[in-house]
Amino acid sequence: MTKELKVYFSMFRIRFNHNLQYRAVVLGAVLKGFLWAMMEVLGYLAIYRMGGDRLPMELSRTVSYVWAHESFIVLFSVVFGDGEIFSAIRSGEVVYDLARPVGLYGRWYCQSASNRLSFALVNCLPVLILGALMPKPYGLTLPGSAAQVFLFLVSALLAFGVTVAMAMLMYVSLFYFISQRGIRIMVRVVTSFFSGGVVPLPFFPEPIRRAAELLPFGSMQNMPLQIFCGNINGSQALRGIGLQVFWLWAMVFLGWLAMRRATGKVVSFGG
Amino acid sequence: MRLYWNYFLMELKSQMQYKASFLLTMAGQFVTAFTTFFGIQFIFQRVSGVDDFTYGQVLLCFSVIMMSFAIGEMFGGGLAVFPELMREGSLDRILVRPRSVILQIIMPNMDFSRLGLLVQAVIVLCIAVPVSGVVWTGKKVFVFAMMVACGSVLFFCLFLLVAAVSFFTIQNLNFLDIFTYGMRDFGKYPFSVYGDAALKVLTFGIPLALVQYYPLLYLLDRESGIWYMISPLVSLLFVAPSYWFYRFGLKNYKSCGS
Repeated sequence: MTKELKVYFSMFRIRFNHNLQYRAVVLGAVLKGFLWAMMEVLGYLAIYRMGGDRLPMELSRTVSYVWAHESFIVLFSVVFGDGEIFSAIRSGEVVYDLARPVGLYGRWYCQSASNRLSFALVNCLPVLILGALMPKPYGLTLPGSAAQVFLFLVSALLAFGVTVAMAMLMYVSLFYFISQRGIRIMVRVVTSFFSGGVVPLPFFPEPIRRAAELLPFGSMQNMPLQIFCGNINGSQALRGIGLQVFWLWAMVFLGWLAMRRATGKVVSFGG
Repeated sequence: MRLYWNYFLMELKSQMQYKASFLLTMAGQFVTAFTTFFGIQFIFQRVSGVDDFTYGQVLLCFSVIMMSFAIGEMFGGGLAVFPELMREGSLDRILVRPRSVILQIIMPNMDFSRLGLLVQAVIVLCIAVPVSGVVWTGKKVFVFAMMVACGSVLFFCLFLLVAAVSFFTIQNLNFLDIFTYGMRDFGKYPFSVYGDAALKVLTFGIPLALVQYYPLLYLLDRESGIWYMISPLVSLLFVAPSYWFYRFGLKNYKSCGS
């Protein structure tokens, strides 16, 4: 077990150093996150001017939600540039991976987790700090209490796990479908919409909102972001975290099972 | 001309070869635009309008920008292969041919699945027109057509500019997405709601407000000045600097492929 962990850890280190190489790209990503969040905040401000009291979230919470969403976007997006995995499946290189003495599910899970984490670490904090520095109506409000920060961190970790598990299911599905691009677009749209990436879940009509919250989508970015902005707290947050634990377990188990079935009869295209 | 037409047909046919794949991608584009639409829908179920624009007028903005983006990207999206072509060195091969470089790159990289986006934008337009409160006249229909046409040209120019930047950086800088994909997202509201500073940038810098906000005021009879009417045409001035920048980049290009 410890030997496997060591393999995973060094894979993470390689990835991390690799991503730090391109400083211009990191700078660009920070700038993009900042401008994008700013424009979105301006849009929400205009909407709240019209009828803020009729909207389900307080203005300052929505603004914090937008900033946090832009900051952690890499961590919580199911479709992210896991170029190696996509091309391994397409080109048939996956047979080499299968021959390695490390389980494919664990290996890919780790690879795609470290891909996101290493990028997010260098790129999300600057956006959060910039957001906190902005003056009142535009800037984000940081969590008020230590308990809130703690709940956020736990929830974020779980949401991250669920997100990567979802991505794993997508990779497994690519064993069966040839259209990588189509699947990628579909998965991106559905997961980002129902996890609150377009508008926060509280804005949804009642029945859709409840369904999305119970499905794994609600256990993705929705939960940590709502805890971060203060919309969910106390026992409600604990219940949400419980659901996240369940979905993390379920999604990993499902993905692992599906991968075992898929690799059991893999037909390689590569020459 | 015939050559380009052949390129075009060839690409259309080859993309149609994998029918399921093509349809899935197209459906994906279609649904993508729909989520933005639902986002607007959810918000406007609770709020009647934004600043002094009603729900219908917001939808009109959204569909104009969506249509422009879909057309602009169908032609210009392929320019995103520039950095890759440069790394591979195949750009050199294109440069030595005695035909337009832009067309040689656009034609084989045309992405027809963007039609899904276009279809969606037309659907939104059909929903928007009856509730927008615009009294349509011949002149206004013409202005509307100009908004979409010039908007498409603008988006194409933006894609060209983003591609031309890679002449200098070689790497693909994805933060420039904010000028293409970002503008598609922000264009869902009239650009004036983002405040004066943003509106100024979008008027004099990247003149997208000229195809959306100003002519919209004309359509709504809030302004009747000639400038509001022909503002989409004025926005075409943007073509000159973008093309110049692209030529400038091309001239500076030194092959780095192997």
